[in-house]
Amino acid sequence: MPDGAVPVLDVKNLKTVFRTRAGDIHAVNSVSFSLKPGELLGVVGESGSGKSVTMMSLLGLLPSPPAEVREGEVLLSGRDLLKATPEGLRKVRGREVGFVFQDPMTSLNPVFTVGFQIMEPLRKHMGMDRKRARDRAVELLELVGIPDARRRLKDFPHQFSGGMRQRVMIAIALACDPKVLIADEPTTALDVTIQAQILELVKELRQRLGMAIIWITHDLGVIAGIADRVAVMYGGQIVEHGPVREVFADAAHPYTRALLQTVPKLREPRADKLRVIEGQPPILGRQPTACPFRARCPHVFDRCHRENPPRRPIGNDHDTACFWNHRTGNPI
Amino acid sequence: MSGGRKKLVEVRNLKMHFPIVGGLLRRQVGAVKAVDDVTFDIYEGETLGVVGESGCGKSTCGRAVLRLYDITAGSIKIDGTEIGKMSQTQLRKLRPTMQMVFQDPQACLNPRMTVAAIIAEPLEEHGKLSGKDRLNRVYELMDAVGLNRNFANRYPHAFSGGQRQRIGIARALALNPKFIVCDEPIAALDVSIQAQVVNLLEELQDRFGLTYMFISHDLSMVKHIADRVAVMYLGKIVELAPREALYTNPLHPYTEALMSAVPEPDPAIEARVQRIILKGDVPSPANPPKGCNFCTRCPKVMDICHKIDPEFREIEPGHFVACHLHDATMPKTRTSADQTGAAPRPEHIQQGENA
Repeated sequence: MPDGAVPVLDVKNLKTVFRTRAGDIHAVNSVSFSLKPGELLGVVGESGSGKSVTMMSLLGLLPSPPAEVREGEVLLSGRDLLKATPEGLRKVRGREVGFVFQDPMTSLNPVFTVGFQIMEPLRKHMGMDRKRARDRAVELLELVGIPDARRRLKDFPHQFSGGMRQRVMIAIALACDPKVLIADEPTTALDVTIQAQILELVKELRQRLGMAIIWITHDLGVIAGIADRVAVMYGGQIVEHGPVREVFADAAHPYTRALLQTVPKLREPRADKLRVIEGQPPILGRQPTACPFRARCPHVFDRCHRENPPRRPIGNDHDTACFWNHRTGNPI
Repeated sequence: MSGGRKKLVEVRNLKMHFPIVGGLLRRQVGAVKAVDDVTFDIYEGETLGVVGESGCGKSTCGRAVLRLYDITAGSIKIDGTEIGKMSQTQLRKLRPTMQMVFQDPQACLNPRMTVAAIIAEPLEEHGKLSGKDRLNRVYELMDAVGLNRNFANRYPHAFSGGQRQRIGIARALALNPKFIVCDEPIAALDVSIQAQVVNLLEELQDRFGLTYMFISHDLSMVKHIADRVAVMYLGKIVELAPREALYTNPLHPYTEALMSAVPEPDPAIEARVQRIILKGDVPSPANPPKGCNFCTRCPKVMDICHKIDPEFREIEPGHFVACHLHDATMPKTRTSADQTGAAPRPEHIQQGENA
């Protein structure tokens, strides 16, 4: 990754709130991150940690009401998407930023052929005529490894298997050569052998097309295999962020450390008992004024109940939001 | 390891075929062979892990073993009693010994019943306990699975996914069963909650001497919890072995590929893993290929695989495999993997270091 390159995507201090009858839910709290050209940023967290909501906030994909993006900047090549008009955003979605969702069945329209759905962005965004769009669609299907592509354009989504459908989704997302691809749990619904196929495909496509990717998942193994950098989310915040090798080898935040210890490893000797993180993730009913992990943290001390720790640098491009120093084992 | 231990569950040539009907007269035109001729034992007090991808028949197998279906063929003995052909009325008397924990804790709990009522229901159906004793038993079970007694009168929606799974486990334990089929009990839970539930299951096993059939697609978790592991592909068990033997020395090419596909939460290991990427998708169980079921995707496929379905044989003590690569191997004489003449095993880490 070229260091110091201008980020394609720069998110600053993003806050998203859901206004419900039962009160506000603070789903995303001051999230900041950047994405350099050609880089793959992994975002991990459990359900409810705010990872999907963050990404949907970027492109105005959340229904409003109840969602409200309260604060922040989302700079795509220097332009603030939060200030863009709905019309302007529509030009960005699919054109400059591609999206791949978790469930390939519900995100493809069952009553249109796959060919129509791949050609749609090409004709809308790129102004291609039918014939050129069809040729490009064949190219794209071949790119994502679907055999007999020209014939399969006429097939409907239900005629494809789960893995093949996810390939179609990736083809649609890549149709207009986006600068950024956001993949929200794209392999979670797939079996491991099919997941391995898709991961291999993404690695290969990255090398060939050189786009920047944000990959959301709860699977630490997937992140370890494909990401350059990783952001760990908990309670609507990024609690740790850094180069993937550093974060896995020298995790600083107690949540990251615990998460890495709770998952059993296939290629390492079996542990006698699995480590557990006691308790439940927080419900974000209030603007956080203290550390969101304090109720489950083994190293909690008085300061954690009073202040929400800001992210502080602890290494080269590695930072954590914690008052505890993992190297000395003492409060900072 | 299985020497003198008692077999609690003995399954022989179990088949579960679902008919496909068609035409004007609704005649049977085919069958989905969800479980096709599987044979295995489960020893008392052990956990048999069953792994495989979606559609391989692992859940059907678990349900068939408990006779939640009327099976197509085969024999199932639980604690010495043949239940394969029993009527549901007769089976009802045996239900207390065999219970099930389901995958989706949201769907398997009645939203209109309180937790106490859910856990007490099997006691009412089968037990002789009076009102007060029954409530005490419910409290006892709630303690055993780590639920707060004060929440006994709440409804399932008030609980988180992990807690709901605990309710499901308490219900399964209510009648002091010997054998519990756990069908993907952790698949719907978050990573940090999965470990809590798995530890609970292990603790309960030690305490009550339970025997588990643990069905899961998560190979890492099965490696943690199971004593022996069966790998299923397209309705058949392709390999069955003690945990260590299976994970260090997988003999079936499908087991190898499946294990190599599992991502490891460690970038250093990930960088060295040699992945075996399978081509294509699983064929339909309504129309399995001729010969070996895996022949359409197998990286080591031979001519014979397209013609003859390999036999499920014991290659080493306790290590069963159904693959023609091991046809020449005489049972129990094999000392190292190399003798099979097969390509080198993916001892991932070592292989990676040499490369």
